[in-house]
Amino acid sequence: MTFKTVPPPKLKNRQPDTIASMYSHWFYLPALIVFGVFFLVPTALAFYFSLTRWTLFDSTFIGLDNYEYFFRDPQLTTALQNTFIYAFLTSGAKVIISLPLAVLLTSGLRLQSFFRSVIFFPVLVSAVATGITFSALMQPSDGLINLSLEAIGLPQPDWLGNPDLAIYSVALVDIWKGIGIATLIFIAGITSIPSEYFDAASLEGGAWVKFRHVILPLSRNATFTVILLSFIGGLRTFDIVWTTTRGGPGFASDVLTSVIYKQYQAGFYGLSSAGNVVLFIIIMVIVYPMMRFFNSQELEL
Amino acid sequence: MRKLLFLVLVLVMIAPVSFAQDTVTLTYLVDESQNTVDTTTALADAFMAQNPNVEIIIETRPGGADGDNIVKTRLATGEMADIFWYNSGSLLQALNPSLTLVDISDQPFIENISPSFLPTVSQGDAIFGVPSGTGMGGGIIYNKAVYEELGLEVPLTWDEFVANNEIIAEAGIAPVLATFGTGSTWTSQLFVLADYYNVEQAVPGFAEMYTANEVDYATTPAALAGFEYMEQAYTLGWFQEDYATEQFEPGLELIANGEAAHYPMLTFVLSTIAANYPDQVNDIGFFAQPGTDPEANGVTLWMPAGTYIPQTTEGDELEVALNFLAFIASVEGTEVVTEAVAPQGPYLVEGASLPEDVLPAVQDLAAYIERGDVYPALEFLSPIKGPNLEQLLVSVGTGQMTALEAAESYDFDVERQAQQLGIPGW
Repeated sequence: MTFKTVPPPKLKNRQPDTIASMYSHWFYLPALIVFGVFFLVPTALAFYFSLTRWTLFDSTFIGLDNYEYFFRDPQLTTALQNTFIYAFLTSGAKVIISLPLAVLLTSGLRLQSFFRSVIFFPVLVSAVATGITFSALMQPSDGLINLSLEAIGLPQPDWLGNPDLAIYSVALVDIWKGIGIATLIFIAGITSIPSEYFDAASLEGGAWVKFRHVILPLSRNATFTVILLSFIGGLRTFDIVWTTTRGGPGFASDVLTSVIYKQYQAGFYGLSSAGNVVLFIIIMVIVYPMMRFFNSQELEL
Repeated sequence: MRKLLFLVLVLVMIAPVSFAQDTVTLTYLVDESQNTVDTTTALADAFMAQNPNVEIIIETRPGGADGDNIVKTRLATGEMADIFWYNSGSLLQALNPSLTLVDISDQPFIENISPSFLPTVSQGDAIFGVPSGTGMGGGIIYNKAVYEELGLEVPLTWDEFVANNEIIAEAGIAPVLATFGTGSTWTSQLFVLADYYNVEQAVPGFAEMYTANEVDYATTPAALAGFEYMEQAYTLGWFQEDYATEQFEPGLELIANGEAAHYPMLTFVLSTIAANYPDQVNDIGFFAQPGTDPEANGVTLWMPAGTYIPQTTEGDELEVALNFLAFIASVEGTEVVTEAVAPQGPYLVEGASLPEDVLPAVQDLAAYIERGDVYPALEFLSPIKGPNLEQLLVSVGTGQMTALEAAESYDFDVERQAQQLGIPGW
């Protein structure tokens, strides 16, 4: 058997080839236009307007004054602190609670798919509806949560009215709502583990060995995804905070986004654009290294 | 037969269309408080009865900062309703009225408007709105039955107020009602805002100096007093249980039933109390926020909201809108409102009067007005009002901030607002 070497394409054939391959690039255009109009242009404009005093009718260039005002805001420290508490707490809790749940829901339980739907259900409810419902449930004297606590003789905290507690109560609502998505990601991660590993593990020992030496290490990718998504979500959370406490009482549960929104509401459009740029940078600075690290640690199954 | 049926069908379909051509439809954006909705509905119904070819559709929006945001955004994007209801004074100034609203200073009905109202809806020589509804007093709403039972007298100084509260607390009644819940935080501002009569007595001309950046809250003792009152209310434990999550309308039940004795508030709540608790509304009275000097005791007065026409309203709509504004600013218009909503203060229309049977608390307010012991609130004298005042006062009222910290923070807030408005001297 002989192999015939293919002759290199002649030069004059090259041109039509390039055109042909260029041609397919045009299919990117619609996506590019949509991405440009709805994402790139507004982002660039936000950077510009953050340097101006803007009334929506006209704008005056004032350099970095908005940034100075943003950082001088006496409530900013509380808001930053709350944002990080919120992001760490929600992403941590989602991992800790969802992983065992996912293990349980992949273990071939009776009514397994029913329980999966139950866990996933809160994800389907809109965040605003969740927030309003929980602010009613968390009412100190006539809310369902405290009425139940009263019935079994436990202390009844003022969930949203106590300034020291408010941000944690809001985080609790976020965890309730976010568990479904996290569990779903873990379920996907666990079911993608090849069954040979489980077979091998069952020779070595029982459920604990399976969990500790197969599921835990091999669902690492899913864990990273959950941490990353919920951490970004936590840093830029707004809807649940706004509908439960509006950052209150006072400024006790303010997060970065609610501070920015209040500035926007007050008509400080330039200032709130500056706030959004700051938020963008904070998220980038924290999340990009995290993403790099996670990618380097990713497993090939 | 089928032809006839067809003809009838066509006629039925055409009729409303040809009819609609003569009808001018106005949309009227108002805030969603019961009071405003009832007032504007009554005005619109009466006007439509007189002008069968006009249809006015009332659109509602949230109140407070959310509402400000909606109004500003809709004006800026040219999507505003044909006419809209909005605060007069500093909030109106923040709308850039010269650029966005129709100047009505050349209209004949301007003469019907009380001159004291006009500065609050003007920028330069241009006038933009007509007084809609009644003015209000800012001070302390109180339960007269509680006062009678405990043998108390209306306090003329803050110290007397403190003494009264001690007795009230001993009787197991919450001395002061606070409603700091989500969406009701605006109610926290009264101790500061309703204290302006006292500020003006202590520092005459405060508003002008404040606008020119010559005085501020943190370093003017008379102005700081309002913040200190809130701090005192917290440290002395005047507020009822669960006040940090209590909402405005449900909270009114406590003052109506005498479970709380005082509520620092604007008299506009009276019509809400009258509507929700008709049996108890006659127990409710009103007195001026007490200051330091018993001789100089008076009420801080709020101007009514205005109805305005955005520049995007043109042609037939503009003509009808102007006629409607003329109707609102007429004695007839005020009578229509009086019939629908229990008045909460004076009308700012020349020749308009209050009926004999107004609520007791409004009679209390009217007595101050007759004696001349009234002064407009700061927001009608200066275009600057910081947007964070309500959260700052909630922070003080829940013990998270001291009066001085909040006042300093508010001065910073005011600085940003003044710069945003481009006021000279900031």
